[in-house]
Amino acid sequence: MKKVYLSVIGFALICRLNAHAQTNQGTEKLPPLIALDTPPEDTSGYAARQLRLDEVDLVSSYYTQTGNHSAITGGIGTENVIDFSNGLDLHFAWEGNNRNKNTLGLGLGYDYHTSASSAYVTTSGNGKPDGTRIYPSLDWTVENAKTGNTFGLGAYYSGEYNYKSLGADMHFSIKTNDKSGEFGVKLQGYMDHVTLIYPSEFIQAIAPAPAGSMYITTASGNTVLSTGGRSSKPSLPTSPRNTYTAAFSYSQIINSRLQIMVLGDLVTQNGYLGLPFHRVYFTNKKDTIESLPSSRFKLPLGFRLNYFVDDNIILRTYYRYYMDNWGSNANTANLEVAYKISPFFSISPFYRYYNQSAAKYFAPYEVHSPTDTYYTSNYEYAKFQSSFYGVGFRIAPPGGVLGWQQFHDLELRYGHYSQTTGLVSDVISVSIGLK
Amino acid sequence: MINQFVKLACVVLLFSVTSCVHLKEYQKSRINDAEMALGNRYVEKNELNFQSYRESASGANAGKTGGGCGCN
Repeated sequence: MKKVYLSVIGFALICRLNAHAQTNQGTEKLPPLIALDTPPEDTSGYAARQLRLDEVDLVSSYYTQTGNHSAITGGIGTENVIDFSNGLDLHFAWEGNNRNKNTLGLGLGYDYHTSASSAYVTTSGNGKPDGTRIYPSLDWTVENAKTGNTFGLGAYYSGEYNYKSLGADMHFSIKTNDKSGEFGVKLQGYMDHVTLIYPSEFIQAIAPAPAGSMYITTASGNTVLSTGGRSSKPSLPTSPRNTYTAAFSYSQIINSRLQIMVLGDLVTQNGYLGLPFHRVYFTNKKDTIESLPSSRFKLPLGFRLNYFVDDNIILRTYYRYYMDNWGSNANTANLEVAYKISPFFSISPFYRYYNQSAAKYFAPYEVHSPTDTYYTSNYEYAKFQSSFYGVGFRIAPPGGVLGWQQFHDLELRYGHYSQTTGLVSDVISVSIGLK
Repeated sequence: MINQFVKLACVVLLFSVTSCVHLKEYQKSRINDAEMALGNRYVEKNELNFQSYRESASGANAGKTGGGCGCN
């Protein structure tokens, strides 16, 4: 009887210990990261702050282009380009005070391109025809768990041989009380530096060699400074270009199938807005370097409307009107029809139409007068229309792509682009999302 | 042209805002579909760069407004 009595007491003590383990306040169930409704008041005093890798996105694109209006050769000559672009974005998340959701985005992009016209920066056509670009980015955003409002800061860098760019932004969004509408603002600034690489025939006239030195052209076509038989690359000065953008948006859910967005940007640029290796040929057949004003104001206004037609079809539409103070106006219209073959697999044909009027400083090869103040033969500023069409595929099965749970979605997209200037390009992109 | 756009946008916005309905979370399955997102998809990132370099127009959520050269 004594043994039975002691056993009961012992069992009761063990149960009591286990009960303590179950009621430990520090191990209560964690709250959801994104509260869809007003979260219950936190009485535990516990705040989860664990940093975790939320999502990884990769995108790669292969782009080819042909054309015959290169700005480097004054509006004539090859525009052939091949570009291989790759991007990686890491999204980290953690919960801050008051259960606000913080996200940190780290991005890295790397491009390799060949450009046939770049070789003609030197008159011999033996210049460097390829290059690379690297562009890291950083973004931090915090979302208020109760209101859904956000605030964030971002920074970017882009570096290539002849162009460096440093940018930063501050952005915030405010949701309406019923969370069906959202007003967003993004203030951006880019501080760029254009390396002053001139066409080889102008180098000595613009930057005379110091006493005792002279410029020579090497077998590879590069112009170098030679002093006493020793040669070196001349130091290349840069010129600044600044861009400031205030971007505004308002999105609204209309009903369970329809939502819209109105967008407007105010963009101002100042500094060196041309490129030093773009040639212009005058009516007298003499060439010079492109000359453009040192300031530009742009006003793009956009409108998006997405409509879930039935259980299988989504219409994605976009229209943009654009104007700037260089005299260019443009219209962009885009329609994409996403057809869901199954809830997790869709095919999306798309068509984009674009037209623009010429900037007042543009004229083709040997049309500008030597008396003009500003002049360019860059067909980016010409009057033209373009079409871009293609198809995209998206697969996002609940069990993951190829049965790999973390492989959340896969998208493949091909597009063919043609301008009335004769420029034609093709681009194929693939993106991968991992969670 | 710009006046026409502003008028159209105002009419659409006015019509839309005054006729919109409040949805409960369980009614947002279609709105929250990944392909209903009001913006560019990640896979479009590079093609938008190419377009903004080849054309005068950029911005308003379709192509960046600054940074990078696109010289080639």
